[in-house]
Amino acid sequence: MIAQTPVIDSGPPLSRLSGRPSIELREVFKTFGEVRAVDGISLDVRQGEFLTLLGPSGCGKTTTLRMIGGFELPSSGEIFIEGEAMGDRPPYRRPVNTVFQNYALFPHMTVAQNVSYGLEMAGVPKTERQKRVQDALHMVRLPHVEGRKPAELSGGQQQRVALARALVNRPAVLLLDEPLGALDLKLRKAMQLELKQLNREVGATFVYVTHDQEEALTMSDRIAVMNDGRILQLGTPGEIYERPRTRFVADFIGQTNFLEVDVAGWDGMGVDVELRGSGLLKARMPDGIQPQGQMTLAVRPEKISLLRDLPGGEVPGSNALTGRLDEVVYVGTHTQYLIRLPGGQMLTVYRQNRAVGENEPATGEALSVVFNPQSAALLAD
Amino acid sequence: MVYLFLYLPLFVVVLYSFSATKVNAWPIKGYTLDWYRELLVDRDILESIRLSVVIGLIAASIAVILGTLTAFALDRFNFPGKPAIRFFVVMPIVLPGIVTGVALLSFFSMLGWPLSKWTIIVAHGTFCITLILNNVVARLGQLPRRLDEASADLGAPPGRTFWRVTFPLIRPAILAGAVLAFTLSFDEVVVTFFLTGREKTLPLLIWGRLRQGISPEINAAATVIIAVSLAGVLLSNRLSKQAALGG
Repeated sequence: MIAQTPVIDSGPPLSRLSGRPSIELREVFKTFGEVRAVDGISLDVRQGEFLTLLGPSGCGKTTTLRMIGGFELPSSGEIFIEGEAMGDRPPYRRPVNTVFQNYALFPHMTVAQNVSYGLEMAGVPKTERQKRVQDALHMVRLPHVEGRKPAELSGGQQQRVALARALVNRPAVLLLDEPLGALDLKLRKAMQLELKQLNREVGATFVYVTHDQEEALTMSDRIAVMNDGRILQLGTPGEIYERPRTRFVADFIGQTNFLEVDVAGWDGMGVDVELRGSGLLKARMPDGIQPQGQMTLAVRPEKISLLRDLPGGEVPGSNALTGRLDEVVYVGTHTQYLIRLPGGQMLTVYRQNRAVGENEPATGEALSVVFNPQSAALLAD
Repeated sequence: MVYLFLYLPLFVVVLYSFSATKVNAWPIKGYTLDWYRELLVDRDILESIRLSVVIGLIAASIAVILGTLTAFALDRFNFPGKPAIRFFVVMPIVLPGIVTGVALLSFFSMLGWPLSKWTIIVAHGTFCITLILNNVVARLGQLPRRLDEASADLGAPPGRTFWRVTFPLIRPAILAGAVLAFTLSFDEVVVTFFLTGREKTLPLLIWGRLRQGISPEINAAATVIIAVSLAGVLLSNRLSKQAALGG
């Protein structure tokens, strides 16, 4: 028998956790006509956590977010926010605020009117409203624009107004629907860090929807990778990246080499697999599945070393293969090497460009590729 | 050339309305505002202008309410026969006035309604609704539904969302439609001709007086109609542009 590897509990620091989850989804389904947009999701989001729903378009991530916000109602299942069942409660009676894709600022109102709208609806007195609007705009580092209309602001500024408009209400939960999608790369990177900081400062639970894996890795406490209306894997960015459970997850997040292998046997140290043309390799014991038959071996390109002269052709405790260098692609921070293995499989290897003008390998040259069995993940599909 | 063709006759009418002689003759001998002064003391004409304004205002108001409600129904809900409704609502504009006039006339006589300004108002309302409807449907189509959602998300129930977000954003479109509707109603002849009772709207009065020849006073009255129409169309355009800017 194989021992189940326990899922490592690595959410936000304990000090921010109170007993109950901030959001609970219980067996939530959503169908639109014939289409199952969300196909049975159960999920606990912790207090103050930054949780990202990550997946390709049409995977059900936005529908899930909209159900938490109350813009769609589940076909079946139940959603709890702060311990309360939401049922068919409309958005205006949920302790949740949303930052919409493309911001959805009210075009006929000034920035200040936009931000104070929620406070007005909640009946906050005028003097307090003004102060909180000021504070909120200050928090998103956007003072001095109160009197302007949204159309007079840049995309990045509109983004900040949308954030201020949501956060000024001090919601227990902030929902963010691809809020950075419309910004250019540099601004997006800056906003990623700011969002993360805001999450820590205000202490609200953030649920963030994106299809951008890098964004998810950068900001999240945990990531739920979704496809076809289901959560495929839930874990910290490190777990998702280093220990993907399925081929989809490994493929969607970062670059990965996939090799078709046959399982030869296993022991406490790991699994022995055979790669056609290259012989036996060692792989890490997979989480929760029994290694058998034909499987996929996944190795990240940056976990592989390239060596020119391998004395004796072996490195103790490591997998060593030989291959021919097929192509070299220089991409600034690193160089990509494409290696053709004896069995015809291609392997991509990244090497950081620490020193320039080193004794570079030439195409056609025979090289050794070496990687640790712990970096070699066996995947079921 | 096209513009000359379109606007030269209008220009001539306007010019003659300032002519000092009693007969329309070229070249114009001198200029005077006498005819406008006469217009102001002519009880029949004043009465007819008043009637035209009242009919235009009421017809446009009815159209604003019904047209906006229909536009909302068309935009927000899916129901069987929706395309058919969109199509049929446009009919009053496409149909020749004479058809609409005859149809409504027999309709009213069937109901046993005596012809009066109210029958005219209902008739004008039919094509006015179309104008409002088209304007508001177009505007609602441009409005991202997300704005309603954002408002709900910030704690506003549907009623407050309508008055604080949706209505201010479609208001220019409604106004543009209303102004255009008023303008069309103000100078409508054919349908009105079928449905009028004893009272005469300004265009009908002019029509009646033409039998006595084109007097400069008629030119002056026509100029008033041109001015109202022009102002209406310009204002409507202005408002439409404002609506498009999201103002």
